[in-house]
Order: sequence, then C-alpha cells, then structure tokens
Amino acid sequence: MKILVCISNVPDTTTKITFSDDLKSFNPAGVQFIINPYDEIALTRALELTESQAGTVTVINIGDASTEPTIRKALAIGATDAVRINATPRDAYFVAGQIAAYAKDKGFDLILTGRESIDYNGSQVASMLGEKLDLPAVCIVKSLMIEGSTATLEREIEGGKEVLTCPLPLVASATEGMAEPRIPNMRGIMSARTKPLTVVEPVDIPQLQQIIKFDKPQSRGQVKLVAADEVNKLVDLLHGEAKAI
Amino acid sequence: MSVLIYAENTGGKFKKSTFEVISYANVIAKEQKTNLVAISIGNVENAELEKLAKYGVDKVLSVTGEQLKLFVNQAYASIIAEGAKASSADTIVLSASFSGKGLAPRIAVKMDAGFVDGAIGLPSFNGSFTVRKGAFSGKAFADVSLTSTNKVISLVPNSYKVVEDTKPAAIETFAPVIKESDFRTMVKEIVRAADKVSLPEAEIVVSGGRGLKGPENWGMIEELAELLGAATACSKPVSDAHWRPHSEHVGQTGIAVSPNLYIAIGISGAIQHLAGVSASKTIVVINKDPEAPFFKAADYGIVGDAFEVIPRLIEAVKEFKSAHA
Repeated sequence: MKILVCISNVPDTTTKITFSDDLKSFNPAGVQFIINPYDEIALTRALELTESQAGTVTVINIGDASTEPTIRKALAIGATDAVRINATPRDAYFVAGQIAAYAKDKGFDLILTGRESIDYNGSQVASMLGEKLDLPAVCIVKSLMIEGSTATLEREIEGGKEVLTCPLPLVASATEGMAEPRIPNMRGIMSARTKPLTVVEPVDIPQLQQIIKFDKPQSRGQVKLVAADEVNKLVDLLHGEAKAI
Repeated sequence: MSVLIYAENTGGKFKKSTFEVISYANVIAKEQKTNLVAISIGNVENAELEKLAKYGVDKVLSVTGEQLKLFVNQAYASIIAEGAKASSADTIVLSASFSGKGLAPRIAVKMDAGFVDGAIGLPSFNGSFTVRKGAFSGKAFADVSLTSTNKVISLVPNSYKVVEDTKPAAIETFAPVIKESDFRTMVKEIVRAADKVSLPEAEIVVSGGRGLKGPENWGMIEELAELLGAATACSKPVSDAHWRPHSEHVGQTGIAVSPNLYIAIGISGAIQHLAGVSASKTIVVINKDPEAPFFKAADYGIVGDAFEVIPRLIEAVKEFKSAHA
C-alpha cells in the first residue's frame, strides 16, 4: 500500500500569537514550529497500516527550506521518504493544488491529512484534493481500517458518528481517536538524516483570495466573582445581566 | 445572479444552523439585490421545506432520490454545484457543520471560487468582499478578502442570529444528472445519542476538567447540563485519560465552540483550552484555585470546590427554572 500524508508546519500549541506591523502576516520570530497535531495523528495511522500490511509512507509539505526540521521529524517518526514543494503556502487552494499536481500520477492508495491545521484552521485541503483528483474524501475521521482494497471509516457528525465504507484510493482527514502519536526513538532520529527528501518546484495556481488583516480577540475585562455560598447570585447575573439563560 | 444556500437536514428535519445560514445569506442577497435560493438534498417532506420560506428564501430546489437519503460528500457537492449553475448563483453559503466542512471545499474547487471556511460575521460590502473568520484556533481573527467572481462561505454554527423574513417561496423539484463515480462511499451505520445536545451547535456548554478527579464524578456535570439544555464537554487531559470521549474535547486541538454560555468547572485554563472557547459570548469559571489562569479570561467566576459549588448550582438552577416556568 502506498500512502501519502500531507503535513503542515505550524506554531507549537503553547505559542502566544503575534503579527507583523502591517497585521497581514504571522510573526514567526522566536516561535517553535511542530508538525500540525492532526497531521501527526494521520502520519501515525499511516505507519500502523504499513506495519500490518506492506507499504510505504511518503510525507509531503509545502514550504520553504525552514520547514525541513518538521519534515525530518516526520521521517524520524517513521515515514519512508519526504517531498517538499518549494513555496510559501499562500492558502488551502494553493496547497491542495500543489499536492494534487504532485500526487496525480503517483498511484497513491490513500492520501491522509489532518482535519485542519491549527494555524489557519481551514479544514479544506482533504476535500479539495478529493475534488482535484476525482477521489472520494471523508473528513474528520476518527477510525480508519483497511481490508484488501476497502476502507472502513468512522467520521464525526453532530452528536455521534457515521460509519462508512469506501473503495481505495481515497482521501481522508484525521481527527483525535484515529491513532495515538508516537515519540521518535533514537534509531528513528538517526535514520531520518539519510532518508530521501526531494524538493519539487511549485506549479502555478491562480489566487482567489487574500488575508487583509489579522487581529486578536478583545479582553473580557475584569472577572465578576460570586461567593461560593451565594450561587443564586450567579444564576441571577447569567439571567439578568448576561442574558445567557 | 442569485445567492444559493445549502439547507442541510438531519433525518428529514432542518436544524437551527440551517436557518442561521439562510438569515445570513438573506442579508447578502438583499445587499446584492438578488434572489435567495435554497437547495435541499435527501427526502424532506414539503411541510418541512416550507419552513425555509420563513427566513427569506425566494425559491427552494428539492433534490430527492433513494441514493441521496444519506449523506454522500462527492454527490452532494456535485448537486449543489449544479444547483448553483441552474440558478446562476455566484455566492454559495452553507453551515460549517461536520458535513458542511467536507462539502464546501469541493464546491469551491468546482466553481473556481474563493472560500472562507468558518465565517463568523457578514461580508463587508464596501467594494471588497471581506469576511471575518477565526484563526490560530481561537487565538486570533483573520479578515479574508475574496477576489474571485464566485464565492463560497461556510458559517460557524451559533455565530449568526436567526431572523424571520417570510416570503411566498416556490418549491421546485430539481433532478441533476450525477455520475455514478460520485457514489463510491457507502454509509453503513449512523450512531447518534438522541438525548444529547450536540457540542458544536450547543447554546450552552458545561465543561469539566481534571479538578473533577475522575470519570465517576461526571454525574453532576451531566445533571447540570441537562437542566440547562446544554452539551457536555471536557479539557484535553480529561479526554487523554479516557475519562470522557475525544469528541467532547474542547480546545486548540479539539473542538472550537462558540456558545452563548460556557461553564468551565475544574479547568485551570491552559492557553490551548482558552483558544477553543474564546468565541463564547459569556464564560463562567468555577475553580478552587483563585490563581487559575482561566479567571483572567472569564466574565463570571466562583472560587470554590466543585464538589460543593456544583450541587448548589444545580439547586439554584432548579429554583430559577421553576420560578420562570
């Protein structure tokens, strides 16, 4: 089985977010970057699947050379090889277009992404890839089993889950529950240095949108404290003042 | 030209999030002096379809069929894109529900459309078409300008108010030809807890953290949630310890919520958790540690032991409900 896992290079979850002076871009100064946590779940599941059945796991990232430590981490966790499309990821449409252009004639049985990246929160790439490659795409998947050439998936729905089957090849986006991420061991870290990492130049993709500005949520102001033995007051405030109940 | 909305149904019934989408799109249609068309897929009764007219829809396209009873991402996306073509729609609005998150990007690619996933406000109409959405998992907002002719917007549940605007809408049968290869996925089973409020759509959320000490203590969380008509949620350490399912994990790497009221019990307020709840309108924090960082991000707080405060709160809510019944 040939699996492609799409990984995004994102700020660590503890990062305090700041922006450039013109508010148009994220300020990466002093920020620790990681594999997008949902992509790491997808990668782990891909490795599990190729361990129980023969196969390879290729990771792909769209980024400049600064994302290579994140790609090497994916190789250390266990990916077979890696591809970096040498471009700044402008938006999801651009990213999906680059991955589709790379993947279209490679014969992948399964393409996995995370449900969304924790920076731009688009949750678009999996479905866009499905459309561009004319493949089914199942989004926000918490369980993925493969038997022969059929996948059985569980995806989240409001208040429950939907179980579905789909023939390979397909695209799926991973959420919590699909696998428990692994910590790379020393052997993995050593071997990651020599695993193949191919750099591919990007294709042209039309631009349909742009970010005008970023800003941060306003502070809520001072918290109103209610004494622990006067909870009735809290109920009154939530009803009368906050109009929340 | 027209604005097209996808009227998502669950088991043949439209949910509040669908009416939110119509109310939102109605403003866009009025601003652009154009019609608002709704497309419904699956077997929905006429009486239910008529409800769409209450919120400003001029026309309803109803697509039915045995193969379409259950959600098929690829086929539904093709149908909506065909519906857009048939009604010359250049703007498509749908809910950022679990199914909507799968549909919208496909539709955007089919229509070469710029796409805002998870809009939280109306577009600007002053020359540019700019829509606000959350970014960095609740730590920031991004204003995204769509420069393409066609546009797709998915709207976060609970972020736009339902506004009635009754019109005499025509209901038309619509039967586009969909290719067989759009039906490769097959739904085997749907498991849904009928009595539970769904977390992403909930107006009130009651959330528990490690301060509750163990899964056996969730009874009072569930009781409070049921009294308030709320969904239950939890922090990451709680779902990581398997006290509660992952689907209840609220935070940067879990579900982002935007309820009217978020009640956090025994949750200290790590930056990753705060990111997932920052869009809540009102936040209440109950924690025995007065130094818990969550108090700095809350509107109301009680410093106290959850095991004493929550039973009192349950009684207080019961009193409130009987007084306001």
